[in-house]
Amino acid sequence: MVQTVKTTATTARTPLYAGRRRRNAMMIVLAWFAALFGMAWLALILGALLWEGLSGVSLRAFTEMTPPPGSGGGLLNPIVGSLILTGLGVAIGTPIGILAGTYMAEYGRYNKLTSVVRFINDILLSAPSIVVGLFVYEILVRPMGHFSGIAGAVALAIIVIPVVVRTTEDMLLLVPNTLREAAAALGLPRAYVVHRIAYGAARAGIVTGILLAIARISGETAPLLFTALNNQFWSTNLNAPMASLPAVIFQFALSPYNDWQRLAWTGALLITLAVLALSIIARALSSSDKN
Amino acid sequence: MTDIALQDGPEIAALPARARVLRRLRLGDATFYALTQAAAIAVLALLGGVIIALLLGAMPALSKFGFDFVTTERWNPVTEVFGAIAPIYGTIVTSIIAMLIAVPIGLMIALFLTELCPIPLRRPIGITIELLAGIPSIIYGIWGLFVFAPFLQQYVQPALINTLGGLPGLSVLFAGPPYGIGVLTAALILAIMVLPFITSISRDVFEAVPPFLKEAAFGLGCTTWEVFRNVVVPYTRVGVIGGVMLALGRALGETMAVTFVIGNAHRISSSLLAPGTTISATIANEFTEAVGDIYTSALIALGLILFVITFIVLAAARYMLLRIERRIG
Repeated sequence: MVQTVKTTATTARTPLYAGRRRRNAMMIVLAWFAALFGMAWLALILGALLWEGLSGVSLRAFTEMTPPPGSGGGLLNPIVGSLILTGLGVAIGTPIGILAGTYMAEYGRYNKLTSVVRFINDILLSAPSIVVGLFVYEILVRPMGHFSGIAGAVALAIIVIPVVVRTTEDMLLLVPNTLREAAAALGLPRAYVVHRIAYGAARAGIVTGILLAIARISGETAPLLFTALNNQFWSTNLNAPMASLPAVIFQFALSPYNDWQRLAWTGALLITLAVLALSIIARALSSSDKN
Repeated sequence: MTDIALQDGPEIAALPARARVLRRLRLGDATFYALTQAAAIAVLALLGGVIIALLLGAMPALSKFGFDFVTTERWNPVTEVFGAIAPIYGTIVTSIIAMLIAVPIGLMIALFLTELCPIPLRRPIGITIELLAGIPSIIYGIWGLFVFAPFLQQYVQPALINTLGGLPGLSVLFAGPPYGIGVLTAALILAIMVLPFITSISRDVFEAVPPFLKEAAFGLGCTTWEVFRNVVVPYTRVGVIGGVMLALGRALGETMAVTFVIGNAHRISSSLLAPGTTISATIANEFTEAVGDIYTSALIALGLILFVITFIVLAAARYMLLRIERRIG
């Protein structure tokens, strides 16, 4: 394709052609710059995180509670809180997401309900997460009368569902129909065909979707602010406010205390590393599946 | 197809053990079908539930202030008078500036990835840019507050004030002291955040352009840029606009990154360097501290407005992406 740019002695001299080539060269340079610019941000952000956060990563960060301002401490309670909230969110959201995706790809592939659900699900996929927080506040926190870990987990589950629905449907649609037909010809009931054949063939893709969903919610802050709130102390009680890394980062980063800001950077580094690791694993999984 | 296997012929029904197994299988089948259908309907119910819950929560404020809620600027928790125009304005202005910056750059990166990039580098660069999309927004927030905003305050904003601030017409936009945080900073962070969305969607639609169209244009002597400008972009226009709208939907609803750097001032300033607020930043900052039903309700009403705006934008985006999928697929 690039050969077309090559000139012959006669055309190179016409001013129009020279102008077109100049314009082309300029745009190509701009495109290169744009790509470098895009990647530079990742480098800058990761660099700042490592620079500011790495000094705080020590045994202490994983073994001590969040401190009051002015004294040392770690991030144990928010780390555990984040693990609990994320785990529960995935545990609630994944089955619903997989079942809904199964319906769309296996049972109602061509019907009206599926196309409506697909449209709505795609919108939920990018809906503002703070609205999810308000919704859970209205349905759980207000009736219960207090903030709670379980409300936070539900809010995260609502964010998990659309991600899992989307990947499950996409992956099941990739399973060749001949596999299903062969299984059906052996006399397997429909539910078995889905369980044993379709899920089996799409497993890596569905797991990828779940990993991406975990990556997505492990950094979510907005839906936790008024559901799980935050907790300065050790608590694994799901019926009480629960600490989480994003909420602690939000609180500590905006505080005037230097120790708190340091811990916020450390927490930010931990979350970013976890999210990047999850997305890289998910990508490796899906590409090894393709080959 | 499978149902045939389950139909009991007369000789099968005669065997009670076999009939029992078949009944069980049929029951399992029906249960699983009902379960999956219920889950699919639950996704719809979720959306309905969000709208109803927000409407109910927003009712007290909306009925008290009526239409004034979306047209006035007052935001006074003490006297309990609330008007949402300042956060609505902030949301729209930051998102539009972000799109003005991110769309051309995102399209250029997509051009780079589909036409110019050496093939071995395509995948790694594509992945790098997609990883940017995976970084949680709170990371952009803390980075924006401690690294990006001070940098802007020290180097970029004084330069803007000295150059553009002196020009007639633009001076209004770049007036005032360089705070570092403010509307412009929030818009720039948003631009960095939505860049990967625009890039990855436009790359996907650019790759779907039939090669013979491009080859025909190259054969006529078009340069790479001319092929991109006159063949690729017109062919994929709907898809690109869909991707841009999707990114806009993200930008409108983005919370944490903006909350850190916008400064949270409930007023509309003509200067882009002044602090402002957005709908999501207002909710994130004030919701847990809101005392009184009207205050809480006003914040939920803000959430409802945000949801309605993003819903319309995202629905339009999906509709356009569906159209291009149909045309290409």
